[in-house]
Amino acid sequence: MAKKLMKGCEAVAEAAIQAGCRFFFGYPITPQNDIPEYMSARMPKVGGCFLQAESEVAAINMVYGAAGAGARVMTSSSSPGISLKMEGISYIAAAELPCVIVNMMRGGPGLGSIQASQGDYFQATKGGGHGDYRMIVYAPASVQEMIDMMQHAFDVADKFRTPVMVLADGIIGQMMEPVEITEGGNVVLPKKDWATTGYKTGERPRSIVNSLYIEVEELEELTNRLQARYREIEETETKVEVYNTEGAEFVLCAYGTVARICKTAIMQLQKQGVKVGLVRPITLWPFPSTAVHDAIVADSVKKALCVEMSAGQMVEDVRLAVDGKKEVAFFGYSGSRVPTAEEIAQRILEMRGA
Amino acid sequence: MLEQNLFAGFGGQGVLLMGQLLAYAGMLEDKYVSWLPAYGPEMRGGTANCSVNISDEPIGSPVVSKATTVVAMNRPSLDKFEPTVQPDGYLFINSSIIDRKAERDDVKVYYVPCNELAEELGNAKVANMVMLGAYIEKTKCVDIENVLEALRYKLGEKKEHLIPVNRDALLKGAAAVKD
Repeated sequence: MAKKLMKGCEAVAEAAIQAGCRFFFGYPITPQNDIPEYMSARMPKVGGCFLQAESEVAAINMVYGAAGAGARVMTSSSSPGISLKMEGISYIAAAELPCVIVNMMRGGPGLGSIQASQGDYFQATKGGGHGDYRMIVYAPASVQEMIDMMQHAFDVADKFRTPVMVLADGIIGQMMEPVEITEGGNVVLPKKDWATTGYKTGERPRSIVNSLYIEVEELEELTNRLQARYREIEETETKVEVYNTEGAEFVLCAYGTVARICKTAIMQLQKQGVKVGLVRPITLWPFPSTAVHDAIVADSVKKALCVEMSAGQMVEDVRLAVDGKKEVAFFGYSGSRVPTAEEIAQRILEMRGA
Repeated sequence: MLEQNLFAGFGGQGVLLMGQLLAYAGMLEDKYVSWLPAYGPEMRGGTANCSVNISDEPIGSPVVSKATTVVAMNRPSLDKFEPTVQPDGYLFINSSIIDRKAERDDVKVYYVPCNELAEELGNAKVANMVMLGAYIEKTKCVDIENVLEALRYKLGEKKEHLIPVNRDALLKGAAAVKD
Protein backbone atom coordinates (compact mmCIF):
# COMPACT_ATOMS: atom_id res chain seq x y z
CA MET A 1 0.00 0.00 0.00
CA ALA A 2 1.25 3.47 -0.84
CA LYS A 3 2.35 5.52 2.10
CA LYS A 4 0.77 8.89 2.79
CA LEU A 5 2.31 11.83 4.56
CA MET A 6 -0.25 12.62 7.24
CA LYS A 7 -0.56 14.82 10.28
CA GLY A 8 -1.16 12.93 13.51
CA CYS A 9 -4.51 14.60 14.11
CA GLU A 10 -5.82 13.79 10.64
CA ALA A 11 -4.45 10.27 10.77
CA VAL A 12 -6.12 9.47 14.09
CA ALA A 13 -9.42 10.78 12.73
CA GLU A 14 -9.20 8.66 9.58
CA ALA A 15 -8.17 5.62 11.61
CA ALA A 16 -11.24 6.10 13.81
CA ILE A 17 -13.47 6.16 10.75
CA GLN A 18 -11.81 3.02 9.40
CA ALA A 19 -12.46 1.43 12.81
CA GLY A 20 -16.18 2.03 12.30
CA CYS A 21 -16.58 5.22 14.32
CA ARG A 22 -19.54 7.12 12.87
CA PHE A 23 -20.23 9.71 15.56
CA PHE A 24 -17.92 12.55 16.53
CA PHE A 25 -18.80 15.33 18.96
CA GLY A 26 -16.22 17.97 19.78
CA TYR A 27 -15.35 21.54 20.49
CA PRO A 28 -12.32 23.42 19.09
CA ILE A 29 -9.06 23.81 20.95
CA THR A 30 -5.44 23.92 19.76
CA PRO A 31 -3.45 21.70 19.09
CA GLN A 32 -6.13 19.14 18.19
CA ASN A 33 -8.27 21.25 15.85
CA ASP A 34 -7.25 19.19 12.84
CA ILE A 35 -9.27 16.28 14.27
CA PRO A 36 -12.70 18.00 14.26
CA GLU A 37 -11.79 19.77 11.01
CA TYR A 38 -11.04 16.44 9.33
CA MET A 39 -14.10 14.81 10.85
CA SER A 40 -16.35 17.64 9.67
CA ALA A 41 -15.31 16.95 6.08
CA ARG A 42 -15.13 13.17 6.29
CA MET A 43 -18.06 12.06 8.48
CA PRO A 44 -20.83 13.16 6.10
CA LYS A 45 -19.14 11.20 3.30
CA VAL A 46 -19.35 7.93 5.24
CA GLY A 47 -22.88 8.52 6.48
CA GLY A 48 -21.67 9.50 9.92
CA CYS A 49 -22.40 12.43 12.18
CA PHE A 50 -20.03 15.28 12.96
CA LEU A 51 -21.32 17.80 15.42
CA GLN A 52 -19.55 20.80 16.90
CA ALA A 53 -21.14 21.14 20.29
CA GLU A 54 -21.61 24.40 22.19
CA SER A 55 -18.98 23.36 24.73
CA GLU A 56 -16.78 20.47 25.79
CA VAL A 57 -19.31 19.57 28.49
CA ALA A 58 -22.02 19.27 25.85
CA ALA A 59 -19.74 17.27 23.55
CA ILE A 60 -18.90 14.62 26.14
CA ASN A 61 -22.58 14.29 27.08
CA MET A 62 -23.44 13.77 23.42
CA VAL A 63 -20.84 11.00 23.46
CA TYR A 64 -22.60 9.63 26.56
CA GLY A 65 -25.91 9.62 24.75
CA ALA A 66 -24.61 8.08 21.53
CA ALA A 67 -22.68 5.42 23.43
CA GLY A 68 -25.81 4.61 25.41
CA ALA A 69 -27.65 4.06 22.14
CA GLY A 70 -24.94 1.62 21.05
CA ALA A 71 -23.01 3.82 18.61
CA ARG A 72 -19.28 3.66 18.02
CA VAL A 73 -18.44 7.18 19.13
CA MET A 74 -15.52 9.40 19.98
CA THR A 75 -14.50 12.89 21.00
CA SER A 76 -11.20 14.70 21.11
CA SER A 77 -9.74 17.71 22.83
CA SER A 78 -6.60 19.12 24.39
CA SER A 79 -5.81 19.47 28.06
CA PRO A 80 -8.11 22.29 29.30
CA GLY A 81 -10.92 20.85 27.18
CA ILE A 82 -10.34 17.38 28.60
CA SER A 83 -10.67 18.82 32.11
CA LEU A 84 -14.14 20.02 31.15
CA LYS A 85 -15.04 16.56 29.86
CA MET A 86 -14.01 14.80 33.05
CA GLU A 87 -17.41 14.91 34.69
CA GLY A 88 -18.92 13.23 31.64
CA ILE A 89 -16.19 10.63 31.52
CA SER A 90 -16.94 9.65 35.12
CA TYR A 91 -20.62 9.28 34.22
CA ILE A 92 -19.76 7.20 31.15
CA ALA A 93 -17.55 4.93 33.25
CA ALA A 94 -20.34 4.54 35.83
CA ALA A 95 -22.92 3.83 33.13
CA GLU A 96 -20.57 1.16 31.70
CA LEU A 97 -20.51 2.64 28.23
CA PRO A 98 -17.80 2.33 25.57
CA CYS A 99 -16.24 5.36 23.88
CA VAL A 100 -12.86 6.71 22.81
CA ILE A 101 -11.46 10.06 23.92
CA VAL A 102 -8.35 11.51 22.27
CA ASN A 103 -6.29 14.02 24.26
CA MET A 104 -3.57 15.91 22.37
CA MET A 105 -1.90 17.25 25.48
CA ARG A 106 -0.79 20.86 25.70
CA GLY A 107 0.89 22.86 28.44
CA GLY A 108 -0.87 23.46 31.74
CA PRO A 109 -2.10 24.09 34.37
CA GLY A 110 -4.89 26.48 33.47
CA LEU A 111 -5.05 27.55 29.85
CA GLY A 112 -1.30 26.92 29.85
CA SER A 113 0.25 26.97 26.38
CA ILE A 114 -0.62 25.60 22.95
CA GLN A 115 2.64 23.64 22.74
CA ALA A 116 3.02 19.95 23.54
CA SER A 117 3.25 18.65 27.11
CA GLN A 118 2.76 15.48 29.13
CA GLY A 119 1.20 17.15 32.12
CA ASP A 120 -2.07 15.20 31.99
CA TYR A 121 -0.65 11.82 33.03
CA PHE A 122 -2.12 12.05 36.52
CA GLN A 123 -5.47 13.18 35.19
CA ALA A 124 -5.67 10.35 32.65
CA THR A 125 -4.40 7.50 34.81
CA LYS A 126 -5.50 8.39 38.34
CA GLY A 127 -9.08 9.41 37.79
CA GLY A 128 -9.54 12.97 36.62
CA GLY A 129 -13.25 12.62 37.09
CA HIS A 130 -14.68 11.70 40.46
CA GLY A 131 -15.29 8.29 41.92
CA ASP A 132 -13.80 4.81 41.79
CA TYR A 133 -13.27 4.32 38.09
CA ARG A 134 -10.43 3.65 35.70
CA MET A 135 -9.89 4.38 32.07
CA ILE A 136 -7.65 2.44 29.70
CA VAL A 137 -5.01 4.90 28.49
CA TYR A 138 -2.91 4.38 25.35
CA ALA A 139 0.21 6.46 24.71
CA PRO A 140 1.34 6.37 21.06
CA ALA A 141 4.91 7.36 20.16
CA SER A 142 4.37 7.79 16.42
CA VAL A 143 1.62 8.67 13.99
CA GLN A 144 1.59 5.10 12.67
CA GLU A 145 1.32 3.62 16.14
CA MET A 146 -1.57 5.94 16.92
CA ILE A 147 -3.36 4.76 13.77
CA ASP A 148 -2.78 1.13 14.63
CA MET A 149 -4.13 1.72 18.15
CA MET A 150 -7.47 3.15 17.11
CA GLN A 151 -9.16 -0.04 15.96
CA HIS A 152 -7.99 -1.76 19.12
CA ALA A 153 -9.06 1.15 21.31
CA PHE A 154 -12.66 0.95 20.04
CA ASP A 155 -12.72 -2.85 20.29
CA VAL A 156 -11.42 -2.83 23.86
CA ALA A 157 -13.88 -0.09 24.82
CA ASP A 158 -16.72 -2.28 23.54
CA LYS A 159 -15.38 -5.45 25.09
CA PHE A 160 -15.07 -3.97 28.58
CA ARG A 161 -17.81 -1.35 28.24
CA THR A 162 -15.44 1.36 29.39
CA PRO A 163 -14.15 4.72 28.19
CA VAL A 164 -10.70 4.49 26.57
CA MET A 165 -8.33 7.41 26.20
CA VAL A 166 -5.64 7.87 23.58
CA LEU A 167 -3.19 10.18 25.33
CA ALA A 168 -0.90 11.81 22.79
CA ASP A 169 0.61 15.28 22.79
CA GLY A 170 0.72 18.33 20.55
CA ILE A 171 3.85 17.05 18.82
CA ILE A 172 2.28 13.75 17.75
CA GLY A 173 -0.88 15.61 16.77
CA GLN A 174 0.88 18.20 14.62
CA MET A 175 3.69 16.04 13.25
CA MET A 176 3.54 14.59 9.74
CA GLU A 177 4.97 11.14 9.11
CA PRO A 178 4.54 8.62 6.30
CA VAL A 179 1.75 6.26 7.29
CA GLU A 180 -0.34 3.40 6.02
CA ILE A 181 -3.99 3.18 6.97
CA THR A 182 -5.69 -0.15 6.40
CA GLU A 183 -9.16 0.30 5.03
CA GLY A 184 -11.44 -1.32 7.56
CA GLY A 185 -14.28 -1.95 5.11
CA ASN A 186 -17.55 -2.62 6.84
CA VAL A 187 -16.68 -3.08 10.47
CA VAL A 188 -19.26 -5.24 12.18
CA LEU A 189 -19.89 -3.84 15.62
CA PRO A 190 -20.34 -6.29 18.48
CA LYS A 191 -23.91 -6.89 19.61
CA LYS A 192 -24.89 -4.43 22.32
CA ASP A 193 -28.03 -5.86 23.89
CA TRP A 194 -27.77 -3.33 26.71
CA ALA A 195 -28.15 -0.34 24.37
CA THR A 196 -31.20 1.91 24.47
CA THR A 197 -32.44 1.19 20.99
CA GLY A 198 -36.18 1.48 21.60
CA TYR A 199 -38.24 -0.84 23.78
CA LYS A 200 -41.01 -3.00 22.41
CA THR A 201 -43.13 -4.88 24.90
CA GLY A 202 -41.85 -8.36 25.56
CA GLU A 203 -39.01 -8.27 23.06
CA ARG A 204 -36.21 -7.82 25.60
CA PRO A 205 -35.80 -6.36 29.05
CA ARG A 206 -35.80 -2.56 29.19
CA SER A 207 -32.35 -1.04 28.68
CA ILE A 208 -31.59 1.66 31.19
CA VAL A 209 -28.52 3.88 31.10
CA ASN A 210 -27.92 5.21 34.57
CA SER A 211 -25.15 6.29 36.90
CA LEU A 212 -27.21 7.07 40.01
CA TYR A 213 -27.56 4.44 42.73
CA ILE A 214 -29.21 5.71 45.89
CA GLU A 215 -28.95 2.40 47.73
CA VAL A 216 -25.48 1.66 49.11
CA GLU A 217 -25.74 -2.01 48.18
CA GLU A 218 -26.61 -1.19 44.58
CA LEU A 219 -23.73 1.22 44.12
CA GLU A 220 -21.37 -1.28 45.70
CA GLU A 221 -22.57 -3.93 43.29
CA LEU A 222 -21.67 -1.60 40.41
CA THR A 223 -18.24 -0.66 41.78
CA ASN A 224 -17.41 -4.29 42.55
CA ARG A 225 -18.33 -5.20 38.99
CA LEU A 226 -16.17 -2.36 37.67
CA GLN A 227 -13.23 -3.33 39.87
CA ALA A 228 -13.43 -6.97 38.75
CA ARG A 229 -13.37 -5.74 35.16
CA TYR A 230 -10.37 -3.50 35.87
CA ARG A 231 -8.45 -6.48 37.30
CA GLU A 232 -9.18 -8.39 34.10
CA ILE A 233 -8.01 -5.41 32.02
CA GLU A 234 -4.78 -5.27 34.04
CA GLU A 235 -4.18 -8.92 33.29
CA THR A 236 -4.96 -8.88 29.59
CA GLU A 237 -4.52 -5.39 28.18
CA THR A 238 -1.16 -4.15 29.48
CA LYS A 239 1.20 -3.14 26.67
CA VAL A 240 4.84 -2.10 26.81
CA GLU A 241 7.90 -1.79 24.58
CA VAL A 242 11.20 -2.92 26.05
CA TYR A 243 14.15 -1.75 23.98
CA ASN A 244 17.89 -2.43 24.20
CA THR A 245 17.75 -3.38 27.89
CA GLU A 246 19.81 -6.61 27.65
CA GLY A 247 22.97 -5.92 29.67
CA ALA A 248 22.21 -2.19 29.85
CA GLU A 249 24.05 -0.03 32.37
CA PHE A 250 21.17 2.45 32.63
CA VAL A 251 17.48 2.23 31.76
CA LEU A 252 15.42 5.16 30.57
CA CYS A 253 11.70 5.17 31.14
CA ALA A 254 9.49 7.39 28.99
CA TYR A 255 6.29 7.35 26.95
CA GLY A 256 5.02 9.00 23.78
CA THR A 257 7.15 11.63 22.06
CA VAL A 258 9.73 11.65 24.84
CA ALA A 259 10.39 7.93 24.34
CA ARG A 260 11.46 8.71 20.76
CA ILE A 261 13.81 11.41 21.99
CA CYS A 262 15.22 8.87 24.44
CA LYS A 263 15.95 6.49 21.55
CA THR A 264 18.02 9.20 19.87
CA ALA A 265 19.86 9.73 23.17
CA ILE A 266 20.45 5.97 23.40
CA MET A 267 22.08 5.99 19.95
CA GLN A 268 24.29 8.95 20.94
CA LEU A 269 25.36 7.16 24.11
CA GLN A 270 25.99 3.92 22.23
CA LYS A 271 28.62 5.77 20.18
CA GLN A 272 30.33 6.72 23.44
CA GLY A 273 30.30 3.12 24.61
CA VAL A 274 27.50 3.50 27.16
CA LYS A 275 24.76 0.91 26.89
CA VAL A 276 21.36 2.29 27.79
CA GLY A 277 17.96 0.63 27.47
CA LEU A 278 14.44 1.99 27.33
CA VAL A 279 11.19 0.78 28.79
CA ARG A 280 8.22 2.49 27.17
CA PRO A 281 4.73 1.99 28.60
CA ILE A 282 2.23 1.84 25.73
CA THR A 283 -0.67 1.54 28.14
CA LEU A 284 -0.29 4.10 30.93
CA TRP A 285 -3.21 2.45 32.68
CA PRO A 286 -2.93 -0.43 33.15
CA PHE A 287 0.68 0.46 33.95
CA PRO A 288 3.19 -2.23 32.90
CA SER A 289 4.66 -2.51 36.39
CA THR A 290 6.16 -5.97 35.93
CA ALA A 291 8.04 -5.08 32.75
CA VAL A 292 9.24 -1.80 34.23
CA HIS A 293 10.38 -3.60 37.38
CA ASP A 294 12.18 -6.35 35.50
CA ALA A 295 13.95 -3.95 33.14
CA ILE A 296 15.20 -1.69 35.92
CA VAL A 297 15.93 -4.18 38.69
CA ALA A 298 18.14 -6.30 36.38
CA ASP A 299 21.69 -6.87 37.69
CA SER A 300 23.48 -4.92 34.96
CA VAL A 301 21.47 -1.76 35.63
CA LYS A 302 23.01 0.89 37.89
CA LYS A 303 20.19 3.40 37.89
CA ALA A 304 17.09 4.35 35.98
CA LEU A 305 16.10 7.75 34.62
CA CYS A 306 12.48 8.65 33.95
CA VAL A 307 12.07 11.44 31.39
CA GLU A 308 8.83 13.36 30.88
CA MET A 309 7.51 16.63 29.54
CA SER A 310 6.14 17.34 33.01
CA ALA A 311 7.45 18.06 36.48
CA GLY A 312 7.42 14.31 37.16
CA GLN A 313 4.21 12.31 37.07
CA MET A 314 4.79 8.86 35.57
CA VAL A 315 7.97 8.65 37.65
CA GLU A 316 5.75 7.93 40.67
CA ASP A 317 4.42 4.77 39.00
CA VAL A 318 7.93 3.78 37.95
CA ARG A 319 9.14 4.12 41.55
CA LEU A 320 6.15 2.12 42.81
CA ALA A 321 6.97 -0.62 40.31
CA VAL A 322 10.65 -0.69 41.27
CA ASP A 323 9.74 -0.60 44.96
CA GLY A 324 12.98 0.96 46.15
CA LYS A 325 15.17 -1.78 44.69
CA LYS A 326 16.99 0.66 42.38
CA GLU A 327 17.31 4.41 42.28
CA VAL A 328 14.97 6.06 39.79
CA ALA A 329 16.04 9.61 38.92
CA PHE A 330 13.87 12.10 37.07
CA PHE A 331 14.54 14.57 34.29
CA GLY A 332 11.96 16.71 32.58
CA TYR A 333 10.50 20.13 32.05
CA SER A 334 7.02 21.32 32.68
CA GLY A 335 5.68 24.28 30.77
CA SER A 336 5.95 22.71 27.31
CA ARG A 337 9.74 22.77 26.97
CA VAL A 338 10.88 19.65 25.15
CA PRO A 339 13.91 17.84 26.58
CA THR A 340 16.57 17.26 23.92
CA ALA A 341 18.42 14.02 23.20
CA GLU A 342 21.68 15.78 24.09
CA GLU A 343 20.35 16.80 27.51
CA ILE A 344 19.13 13.26 28.24
CA ALA A 345 22.50 11.80 27.21
CA GLN A 346 24.26 14.36 29.41
CA ARG A 347 22.15 13.33 32.41
CA ILE A 348 23.12 9.70 31.91
CA LEU A 349 26.80 10.62 31.65
CA GLU A 350 26.51 12.63 34.87
CA MET A 351 24.82 9.70 36.61
CA ARG A 352 27.64 7.49 35.38
CA GLY A 353 30.27 9.85 36.75
CA ALA A 354 28.53 10.33 40.07
CA MET B 1 22.24 9.51 6.33
CA LEU B 2 20.38 11.69 8.80
CA GLU B 3 19.47 15.19 7.70
CA GLN B 4 18.08 17.27 10.53
CA ASN B 5 16.70 20.49 9.10
CA LEU B 6 15.21 23.59 10.60
CA PHE B 7 13.26 25.93 8.31
CA ALA B 8 12.34 29.20 9.96
CA GLY B 9 10.82 32.55 9.08
CA PHE B 10 7.75 34.76 9.35
CA GLY B 11 4.35 33.15 9.15
CA GLY B 12 3.27 33.61 5.52
CA GLN B 13 6.73 33.11 4.00
CA GLY B 14 5.95 29.48 3.29
CA VAL B 15 8.50 27.93 5.63
CA LEU B 16 6.13 25.19 6.76
CA LEU B 17 5.37 24.35 3.13
CA MET B 18 9.08 24.17 2.26
CA GLY B 19 9.55 21.62 4.98
CA GLN B 20 6.46 19.66 3.98
CA LEU B 21 7.56 19.42 0.36
CA LEU B 22 10.97 18.22 1.46
CA ALA B 23 9.45 15.60 3.77
CA TYR B 24 7.07 14.44 1.05
CA ALA B 25 9.92 14.19 -1.49
CA GLY B 26 11.92 12.17 1.04
CA MET B 27 8.99 9.81 1.48
CA LEU B 28 8.77 9.35 -2.30
CA GLU B 29 12.42 8.27 -2.16
CA ASP B 30 11.57 5.63 0.47
CA LYS B 31 13.35 7.44 3.27
CA TYR B 32 12.14 7.84 6.81
CA VAL B 33 10.86 11.37 7.30
CA SER B 34 9.17 13.52 9.90
CA TRP B 35 7.82 17.07 9.74
CA LEU B 36 7.00 19.00 12.87
CA PRO B 37 5.73 22.58 12.86
CA ALA B 38 6.05 25.16 15.62
CA TYR B 39 4.11 28.38 15.42
CA GLY B 40 2.00 30.78 17.39
CA PRO B 41 -1.75 31.31 17.14
CA GLU B 42 -1.41 33.98 14.41
CA MET B 43 -2.19 33.22 10.75
CA ARG B 44 0.46 35.68 9.49
CA GLY B 45 3.26 37.79 10.89
CA GLY B 46 4.26 35.58 13.81
CA THR B 47 7.32 33.39 13.68
CA ALA B 48 7.04 29.89 12.31
CA ASN B 49 9.48 27.06 11.96
CA CYS B 50 9.50 23.38 11.22
CA SER B 51 11.79 20.49 12.03
CA VAL B 52 12.28 18.08 9.13
CA ASN B 53 14.18 14.83 9.55
CA ILE B 54 15.18 12.72 6.56
CA SER B 55 16.95 9.48 7.32
CA ASP B 56 17.79 5.96 6.21
CA GLU B 57 16.91 4.77 9.71
CA PRO B 58 13.69 5.14 11.72
CA ILE B 59 13.53 8.61 13.22
CA GLY B 60 13.93 9.04 16.95
CA SER B 61 13.36 12.58 18.06
CA PRO B 62 11.12 14.55 15.68
CA VAL B 63 12.37 17.73 17.33
CA VAL B 64 15.55 19.07 15.72
CA SER B 65 17.73 20.51 18.46
CA LYS B 66 21.11 20.26 16.67
CA ALA B 67 20.58 20.89 12.97
CA THR B 68 22.61 19.68 10.01
CA THR B 69 20.96 22.55 8.14
CA VAL B 70 19.27 25.76 9.19
CA VAL B 71 17.32 27.79 6.65
CA ALA B 72 16.68 31.31 7.94
CA MET B 73 14.14 33.31 5.97
CA ASN B 74 14.20 36.34 8.29
CA ARG B 75 16.45 38.00 10.84
CA PRO B 76 14.81 36.74 14.07
CA SER B 77 15.14 33.18 12.74
CA LEU B 78 18.82 33.65 12.01
CA ASP B 79 19.40 35.09 15.48
CA LYS B 80 17.53 32.25 17.12
CA PHE B 81 18.77 29.25 15.14
CA GLU B 82 22.31 30.10 13.98
CA PRO B 83 23.75 28.59 17.19
CA THR B 84 21.94 25.28 16.59
CA VAL B 85 23.78 24.39 13.36
CA GLN B 86 26.15 21.46 13.84
CA PRO B 87 29.81 22.19 13.00
CA ASP B 88 30.32 21.70 9.21
CA GLY B 89 26.56 22.01 8.76
CA TYR B 90 24.76 24.31 6.36
CA LEU B 91 23.31 27.73 7.05
CA PHE B 92 21.14 29.30 4.34
CA ILE B 93 20.37 32.99 4.75
CA ASN B 94 17.67 34.92 2.89
CA SER B 95 19.88 37.91 2.13
CA SER B 96 16.98 39.86 0.61
CA ILE B 97 15.71 40.79 4.04
CA ILE B 98 18.40 39.68 6.50
CA ASP B 99 20.75 42.59 7.07
CA ARG B 100 23.59 40.81 8.77
CA LYS B 101 26.23 38.22 7.96
CA ALA B 102 26.59 34.88 9.72
CA GLU B 103 28.60 34.94 12.94
CA ARG B 104 29.66 31.30 12.77
CA ASP B 105 32.86 30.43 10.90
CA ASP B 106 32.61 26.66 11.39
CA VAL B 107 29.58 26.14 9.13
CA LYS B 108 28.97 26.44 5.39
CA VAL B 109 27.04 29.66 4.78
CA TYR B 110 25.08 30.54 1.64
CA TYR B 111 23.43 33.89 1.06
CA VAL B 112 20.44 33.63 -1.25
CA PRO B 113 18.52 36.80 -2.22
CA CYS B 114 15.26 34.82 -2.35
CA ASN B 115 12.83 37.73 -2.67
CA GLU B 116 14.70 39.44 -5.52
CA LEU B 117 15.15 36.19 -7.42
CA ALA B 118 11.46 35.41 -6.99
CA GLU B 119 10.47 38.86 -8.21
CA GLU B 120 12.65 38.34 -11.28
CA LEU B 121 10.39 35.39 -12.03
CA GLY B 122 7.38 37.65 -11.66
CA ASN B 123 5.98 35.94 -8.58
CA ALA B 124 7.12 37.12 -5.15
CA LYS B 125 5.39 34.19 -3.51
CA VAL B 126 7.92 31.64 -4.77
CA ALA B 127 10.76 33.03 -2.63
CA ASN B 128 10.50 29.93 -0.47
CA MET B 129 10.91 27.68 -3.52
CA VAL B 130 14.01 29.63 -4.57
CA MET B 131 15.49 28.87 -1.16
CA LEU B 132 14.44 25.23 -1.34
CA GLY B 133 16.20 24.94 -4.70
CA ALA B 134 19.39 26.34 -3.18
CA TYR B 135 19.07 23.95 -0.23
CA ILE B 136 18.69 20.90 -2.49
CA GLU B 137 21.57 21.96 -4.76
CA LYS B 138 23.94 21.94 -1.80
CA THR B 139 22.66 19.12 0.40
CA LYS B 140 21.57 16.78 -2.45
CA CYS B 141 19.09 15.57 0.10
CA VAL B 142 16.31 14.76 -2.38
CA ASP B 143 15.68 15.06 -6.13
CA ILE B 144 14.09 18.31 -7.34
CA GLU B 145 11.65 16.30 -9.47
CA ASN B 146 10.30 14.67 -6.33
CA VAL B 147 9.78 18.09 -4.77
CA LEU B 148 7.71 19.03 -7.81
CA GLU B 149 5.80 15.78 -7.50
CA ALA B 150 5.08 16.70 -3.87
CA LEU B 151 3.94 20.14 -4.97
CA ARG B 152 1.62 18.62 -7.57
CA TYR B 153 0.01 16.57 -4.83
CA LYS B 154 -0.23 19.60 -2.55
CA LEU B 155 -1.66 22.00 -5.17
CA GLY B 156 -4.09 19.58 -6.77
CA GLU B 157 -5.29 19.64 -10.38
CA LYS B 158 -6.83 23.11 -10.19
CA LYS B 159 -3.49 24.75 -9.53
CA GLU B 160 -1.41 22.62 -11.90
CA HIS B 161 -0.62 25.83 -13.83
CA LEU B 162 1.57 26.98 -10.93
CA ILE B 163 4.03 24.12 -11.39
CA PRO B 164 6.21 25.81 -14.09
CA VAL B 165 6.93 28.95 -12.03
CA ASN B 166 7.76 26.80 -9.03
CA ARG B 167 10.09 24.68 -11.14
CA ASP B 168 11.79 27.86 -12.38
CA ALA B 169 12.12 29.06 -8.81
CA LEU B 170 13.75 25.82 -7.66
CA LEU B 171 16.20 25.96 -10.57
CA LYS B 172 16.96 29.63 -10.03
CA GLY B 173 17.74 28.98 -6.36
CA ALA B 174 19.95 26.05 -7.31
CA ALA B 175 21.82 28.18 -9.87
CA ALA B 176 22.37 30.92 -7.28
CA VAL B 177 24.55 28.67 -5.12
CA LYS B 178 26.13 26.49 -7.82
CA ASP B 179 29.93 26.35 -7.47
